[in-house]
Amino acid sequence: MIDAARDLLDNYWVLMPVKVLAVLAIFLTFPLVVGYMEHKVMAHMQARLGPMEAGRFHGVLQLVADGIKFVQKESIIPKAADKWVFALAPAVALIPAILVFGFIPYGPDLVPIRSDVGLFVTLALSSVSVIGVLMAAWSSANKYSLMGGIRAAAQLIAYELPLVLAAAAVAMQAGSADLAVIVERQGWWGYIVGPLVIGFFVYGTAALAELTRPPFDMPVADSELVFGHLTEYTGLRFAFFLLTEYAGIVSQSAIAATLFLGGWKGPFLDGPWWLAAKVLALSFVVIWARSTYPRLREDQLQSFAWLRLVPVSLALLLVVGFLKVYEVGI
Amino acid sequence: MATELGQQGGAAFQAADGTGVGIIVRDKADRELHTQDMTLNVGPQHPATHGVLRVLVTLDGEMIEDAQPVIGYMHRSFEKLAEYRDYRQIIALVNRHDWVSSICNELGVALVVERQMDLEVPERATWIRMLMAEWTRVLNHLMFVGSYPLELGAITPMFYAFREREEIQALMEWITGGRLHLTYCRVGGLKQDLPRGAIQMSRDLVPRMRERLKEYEDLVLGNEIFAARTKGIGVLPADVACSYGVSGALLQAAGVPEDSRKTEPYLFYDQVEFDVPTGRNGDSYDRYATLLARIRESLRIIEQVNERIPPGPVNVKLPKVVRAPQGHAYVRTEAPLGQLSYYMVSHNEKTPWRFKMRTPSFNNVSSLPYLLKGTLLPDMIAVMGSMFFIVGDIDR
Repeated sequence: MIDAARDLLDNYWVLMPVKVLAVLAIFLTFPLVVGYMEHKVMAHMQARLGPMEAGRFHGVLQLVADGIKFVQKESIIPKAADKWVFALAPAVALIPAILVFGFIPYGPDLVPIRSDVGLFVTLALSSVSVIGVLMAAWSSANKYSLMGGIRAAAQLIAYELPLVLAAAAVAMQAGSADLAVIVERQGWWGYIVGPLVIGFFVYGTAALAELTRPPFDMPVADSELVFGHLTEYTGLRFAFFLLTEYAGIVSQSAIAATLFLGGWKGPFLDGPWWLAAKVLALSFVVIWARSTYPRLREDQLQSFAWLRLVPVSLALLLVVGFLKVYEVGI
Repeated sequence: MATELGQQGGAAFQAADGTGVGIIVRDKADRELHTQDMTLNVGPQHPATHGVLRVLVTLDGEMIEDAQPVIGYMHRSFEKLAEYRDYRQIIALVNRHDWVSSICNELGVALVVERQMDLEVPERATWIRMLMAEWTRVLNHLMFVGSYPLELGAITPMFYAFREREEIQALMEWITGGRLHLTYCRVGGLKQDLPRGAIQMSRDLVPRMRERLKEYEDLVLGNEIFAARTKGIGVLPADVACSYGVSGALLQAAGVPEDSRKTEPYLFYDQVEFDVPTGRNGDSYDRYATLLARIRESLRIIEQVNERIPPGPVNVKLPKVVRAPQGHAYVRTEAPLGQLSYYMVSHNEKTPWRFKMRTPSFNNVSSLPYLLKGTLLPDMIAVMGSMFFIVGDIDR
């Protein structure tokens, strides 16, 4: 029975749809779990309850209800907007966010798309979403949207650098850019024991900025730019942008867990559940930051990236290279 | 505020805090190519103006070249309305210009009419008025203590501030029956005496609020990002503040210890001990810190008042129709947002002939163009939030 199933899965045309469905399933569940977690965790941090009604038990179906509400909303395209670009922007932001999930190693043999340069493909894909943001900003024909979009573009470009440098330090340490290999070469404690712990913090900070999450949420700063590039969006298109944001949290957490925390490895019983647990823990930190910090100003963001994170990650790269060449070992 | 620095091939603007924000480029014929200015309407419907204040800003990139507050979207003509209301009705009316400090407003009206009528208010009523005015001050300040971090992107303090407010609201509701427009003062005293247990409730609340206040000081003032966003931003020097007629926490943050409770005591403020907190730099950070310190001082006053409320009546017997004798009277009080004055001209009728209000927010907001010029758009939010204004109080 198991052999028969295995033979069946060896067929490309059977395996591919299974993989696609599995990735889609992950994409459609985990961001919702994180979204729900954000509702509840933030609520309890803020001395309130959060959603309590939908789904009978502590509002578990709140996000499903939200989704249904978004579907019902009228999809408005402003008269002055560039219609095609405006309509296409959510897709440009969303699709790369889905694709990233295909490259993450979920278990010893559970890598939907294995690639020798998996690390760079995922990083490249996750930075495509900036084009979607810029498209939304330009096409909305709204001054607030435009300012938000320009801020987002500047910020994403600035933080791309420390992000990639920190990831490069890991690739250098592991001797491979294949995500599956990177996990293989880590112990279950990951790379955070050793100098790469600095890389973990650099990566985490930069990823937070890439996601434009607080304290780096200047591009969507709701108290000054209304909602940045999302100001003119309604209904499903708005929901897609929101979904992109939460998918981004999950995928960035998954990449961080893969690079620094030992991915699917755990102290016992290796498997995807360890990755899931690590992703949820990192998402919790992202939410925690949101309910703790005010936002940084745009120029403070930039100087933080260029004057702090970039030098630190360059120094890290040097240290890791030195240790690697002289085989000091981590 | 923008100074031009000589540089090869162009000049760079320099913002107040030393960060370059805009560049003038020269083309081949050595003409300056300026970036085009953008006019942005912040408000009247905008989350940061909490209400309907409109600020017309001219932007060069993100730098504000000019900012003009446009007021009047909420003008309700209170001064004229007051000329057609008897004194009891005016008390209900002034509840509504600064809607988060109702008692402090109605107190001013009661005082100005009593001054004109030369009325002696029972001692118990005066002490209770002080108690209520100080709790209202705490209530009002907590509102801004919560909303200012919210404007800077920290969402959590708002919820905590409202948790605290809720406890004070419960006390107010127990005493007056209302939660927002309390209408508790009357000409010659109060609407009714304190209900049983009210003073004990107020006694219990003081240490609890003190404890919570420490949390704000640690979590908000101690936050590095909060400090980075507010220190040195929106500096209002003392002389400029005085020339604009700025008052309240804004003036005190600039280092001027002006507070009409001290300089021109009304009620029994000369019989209680309290300090006027002042800031050093007059920036947004100092304004917020002053606000927190003012809550602390209010709690100190409340603590003393709790123990000093004597027994006795809370009202004087007045005729059915109150007429103020001919003449005029002026009363200056310290409302939570700053100096609130009422000037009344009476022609011995049951309504005033003229009723002038000097509301603190109006003067405070008038300093916005000075403060905003040359700052960045995100700083505009940091400055406006620290002006602690209520739109109804500007427009009246």
